[in-house]
Amino acid sequence: MRGQPTNKRLEKHHIENLIGRIYMSFCVLLLIVIIVSMVYFVASKGVANFVNGEVKVSEFLFGTKWSPEADTPSYGAFPFISGSFLVTLLAALIASPLSICAALFMTEIVPGWGKKLLQPVIELLSGIPSVVYGFVGLSVIVPFLRDTLPGQGIGVAAGALVLSVMILPTITSVAADALASLPQNLKESSFALGATRWQTISRVILPTTFPAIMTGVVLGMARAFGEALAVQMVIGNAPFVPHSLFESASTLTSVITLGMGNTTMGSPQNNALWSMALVLMLMTFVFVLLVRMLERRNKI
Amino acid sequence: MKPRTANKIATVVIVTFALLIVAILVSLLGYILIRGFNHISWDFLTSAPQKIRAGGGVGPQLFNSLFLLVLTLIITVPLGLGAGIFMAEYARPGKLTNFIRLVVEVLSSFPSIIVGLFGLLLIVNTFNLGFSLISGALALTFFNLPLMVRITEQAFRTVPKQQKEAGFALGLSKWKIVTSVLLPVALPTIITGTILSAGRVFGEAAALMFTAGMSSPRLDFSNWNPLSPSSPLNPFRPAETLAVHIWKVNSEGLAPDALQIAAGASAVLVLTVLIFNLAARYFGRFIYRKLTASKRMS
Repeated sequence: MRGQPTNKRLEKHHIENLIGRIYMSFCVLLLIVIIVSMVYFVASKGVANFVNGEVKVSEFLFGTKWSPEADTPSYGAFPFISGSFLVTLLAALIASPLSICAALFMTEIVPGWGKKLLQPVIELLSGIPSVVYGFVGLSVIVPFLRDTLPGQGIGVAAGALVLSVMILPTITSVAADALASLPQNLKESSFALGATRWQTISRVILPTTFPAIMTGVVLGMARAFGEALAVQMVIGNAPFVPHSLFESASTLTSVITLGMGNTTMGSPQNNALWSMALVLMLMTFVFVLLVRMLERRNKI
Repeated sequence: MKPRTANKIATVVIVTFALLIVAILVSLLGYILIRGFNHISWDFLTSAPQKIRAGGGVGPQLFNSLFLLVLTLIITVPLGLGAGIFMAEYARPGKLTNFIRLVVEVLSSFPSIIVGLFGLLLIVNTFNLGFSLISGALALTFFNLPLMVRITEQAFRTVPKQQKEAGFALGLSKWKIVTSVLLPVALPTIITGTILSAGRVFGEAAALMFTAGMSSPRLDFSNWNPLSPSSPLNPFRPAETLAVHIWKVNSEGLAPDALQIAAGASAVLVLTVLIFNLAARYFGRFIYRKLTASKRMS
């Protein structure tokens, strides 16, 4: 009978599918192997100091003294951990209101040309490499702060400002997506009740989209927390807990950047840097977990 | 306060903040391009950097950045396509799919410095590839792969269902449908996304400091034998890229014109990313027209 697939044709059919499946399984497997080995390698180096009794976990996390080259070396990473959290929170505080306003501008105030104007701006901002942000921070923000405010210019404030510009696009694009996907009838019923646009935004739109907007903020914070070079260039890299926003400080990433090349592999000092990398990695998991929780809340 | 007054104030605040962002971008780009443009010349783009004296260029760095980008894309595009197609067309909802999705999410949110450190441990030390272009390209693979997976998956999800059904109706195998029916339709989106991700790879520095290295050996641009140590094409030589060079010049530059070099190199970097952005838009449309015989892009 014509039209009936012959054996040969069936075989070709199956072989094609088989090759495709093998190829895809290889790609997916590779992803899993990468992440497993990444966690394993960084963690095994990161806990080395704690396992061989060189440093206690509590001393590493809460010790405020970082002097690896002293006669009795101490490896307190608290200044760096607190520095990372400080610049991240400050950057989120500066960037979030700006980003939410930009998202509202694109979706609620002038949906037509607002989107046409801001969309490319956001894309370009997110495309600028981080070292360029660091360079601009070093040659514009730092001299500006030095001239107008107390201190040397380099420090926590400069780091937070540079980071806030870097995370603007992340927060804005997530917030704009959230606002755009809001059901139209919610807004319309609010307007029908005679509410002004601001009343609608502040009492209907923002509360409803709050988890989604927070997702954007957390993603932005994750980016800020892990950003290395731009922060390293403007923060001053002093191993102390800063007393004011205009003092030099360090973050986990800046210490790793500067220290990793200058220490010998396997020394306690080098291993302490790996422990910091492990802290960074664990924080990434925390951020991903937070994003997942917020996304679950977002599903109404 | 009257609701109307509040409304007006809020509108003014929102518009001001939104325009502030536009102003930030315009002044940022303006500053980088105007400041750096004076310093860009053919000589700056082609000559080698100077350590102590003024007047160094960024020739090897620029070449390294481009070469590294090509190497990275050669590795990541096929792998990302495979995993992305799996996620879009084959993965059934379940524990395994959720797990893979989590892996992609975590991998894409790892800080690039962690990726660099992992590259240092695994590729540079354990695989003993040393500080080299190939180490850098592999590290960037870890960095770029999750992006490629997402791009591919999203591109495949936007293909109309009828295309697939038509393929099944013709009695084609599923893999055949994926490669010769769905892929051409999804390709413009994939290419646009790939070019945009290339911009990110091009400007990446933190992951490369510990893998591709922070120095470039003397390169002989007339030597095209990929196995010779002074050949620019040798993938096993250390290579400092443009972004790493900007960081190094700013942090520990000794040349008297370090700031000008950083400004010029930043302008080159930003211009390249701008070109990638424009190319992504143009190329996506062009490929779409070529492959689908349609006059406009929806």
